[in-house]
Amino acid sequence: MEKGTERVKRGLAEMLKGGVIMDVTSVEQAKIAEDAGAVAVMALERVPADIRAAGGVARMADPAVIEAIMKAVTIPVMAKVRIGHFVEAQVLEALGVDFIDESEVLTPADESHHINKHAFKVPFVCGATNLGEALRRIGEGAAMIRTKGEAGTGNVVEAVRHMRAIMSEIRRLTTLPEEELMSAAKELRAPYDLVCEVAKTGKLPVVNFSAGGIATPADAALMMQLGADGVFVGSGIFKSENPAARARAIVHATTHYEDADLIAKVSRGIGEPMRGLEISEIPKEQLIQFRGW
Amino acid sequence: MVIGVLALQGAVSEHLEMIEKCGARGIGVKRASGLTGIDGLIIPGGESTTIGRLLEEYGFFPPITEISNSGVPIFGTCTGLIVLAKRVRGKHGPILGLADIEVERNAFGRQVDSFERDIIISGIESENEPFRAVFIRAPVVLSAGPEVRVMARIDEGIIMARDRNYLVAAFHPELTPDLRVHQYFLKMVRERKEAP
Repeated sequence: MEKGTERVKRGLAEMLKGGVIMDVTSVEQAKIAEDAGAVAVMALERVPADIRAAGGVARMADPAVIEAIMKAVTIPVMAKVRIGHFVEAQVLEALGVDFIDESEVLTPADESHHINKHAFKVPFVCGATNLGEALRRIGEGAAMIRTKGEAGTGNVVEAVRHMRAIMSEIRRLTTLPEEELMSAAKELRAPYDLVCEVAKTGKLPVVNFSAGGIATPADAALMMQLGADGVFVGSGIFKSENPAARARAIVHATTHYEDADLIAKVSRGIGEPMRGLEISEIPKEQLIQFRGW
Repeated sequence: MVIGVLALQGAVSEHLEMIEKCGARGIGVKRASGLTGIDGLIIPGGESTTIGRLLEEYGFFPPITEISNSGVPIFGTCTGLIVLAKRVRGKHGPILGLADIEVERNAFGRQVDSFERDIIISGIESENEPFRAVFIRAPVVLSAGPEVRVMARIDEGIIMARDRNYLVAAFHPELTPDLRVHQYFLKMVRERKEAP
């Protein structure tokens, strides 16, 4: 019997496909998310919008918060660690968390190195803004990728940019003759064998979700139509006027992302979305997506 | 032969690929109307509370019960096994309650306890050759009715079984290249189609 194999780690991500993963900060929120049909929850102390507002150093959540949420729901529970902070990851693995997000939303602990994710039994999800970044993370052992977007803004534009970049770079690789793949790997700054694999299969070797700025059912369906395997909704649910109704509507819109009639129906009367931030009004040094490489 | 794969959430594309590799046609079923005309149905792995809830909300329960009563084979893997079961111990979402088994969710623990191992499955082709089985936050069958044929078992309990036209597996045959479990299901579908 083998635990923590690549197949077992990537397999859990496959089981989450077509679903919505919701950020929660309390037992009560976790139950709302589970009742709304979330496939997993991300246990946090603060949602990204509040982390952004609070400033200072954002770290792994208090284990007591995470454990309380793990006890309250039967769906998988994820939690975030700082980029490169492998001891926070060891702690989360010891707690028995189902998935670790090595996340740019928290303050990075290492400016040059991400965690060696092969060393863990628990699977990792990592953010990416383009194909090279996605393949570097997979090379380090990530079992799942998500677009970074711009977390805590309620503005989907960066998630769209990142998803389009990843998809168009994948399409480009599939058109290249074999002898050009080494040079493509050099340009992408990505492992050669993974570049060859993507060129051959036309897709990432792991599940690719979208995250960072999704606030409405239509946002979720947009990301699905652009090729996401599922969505993370962070601040978008519990910073809105009616979280339970919005959570449910986003689940429906993600399942039936090509059905505009249904998206219209579920988008009615679910209260105000989170306020949202215009990206150009955020000082560049405060943009989260440039954390990590 | 057309096999529908319930496509509300979970490992849908993997099952569709396996069906194609076995030489049959697979279609994703997102609406209850998509159940019309299929010869077999697969309920894939995913999150059981999510899939159960969506099945209920989109009105799948009556038509699935109807096709199953008419003998259409239904194959449930992991979540599919939970949703098909008559009895589920502990907290769970809506279930179809068709196969005569009692099930425990997440019977092996959390994701860090998920595993893969070789098992022996009776009744599939080359049944003495091991099958690599992937268990992800997997359920287990605690007990089965007298008519149920147990096909595979490990220390913790029953992990694959057949009850009339229902086939259930606690593991994920769609995550390995071995086609034998899907071929067994397609054989069930073919036998029903060819029966007088």
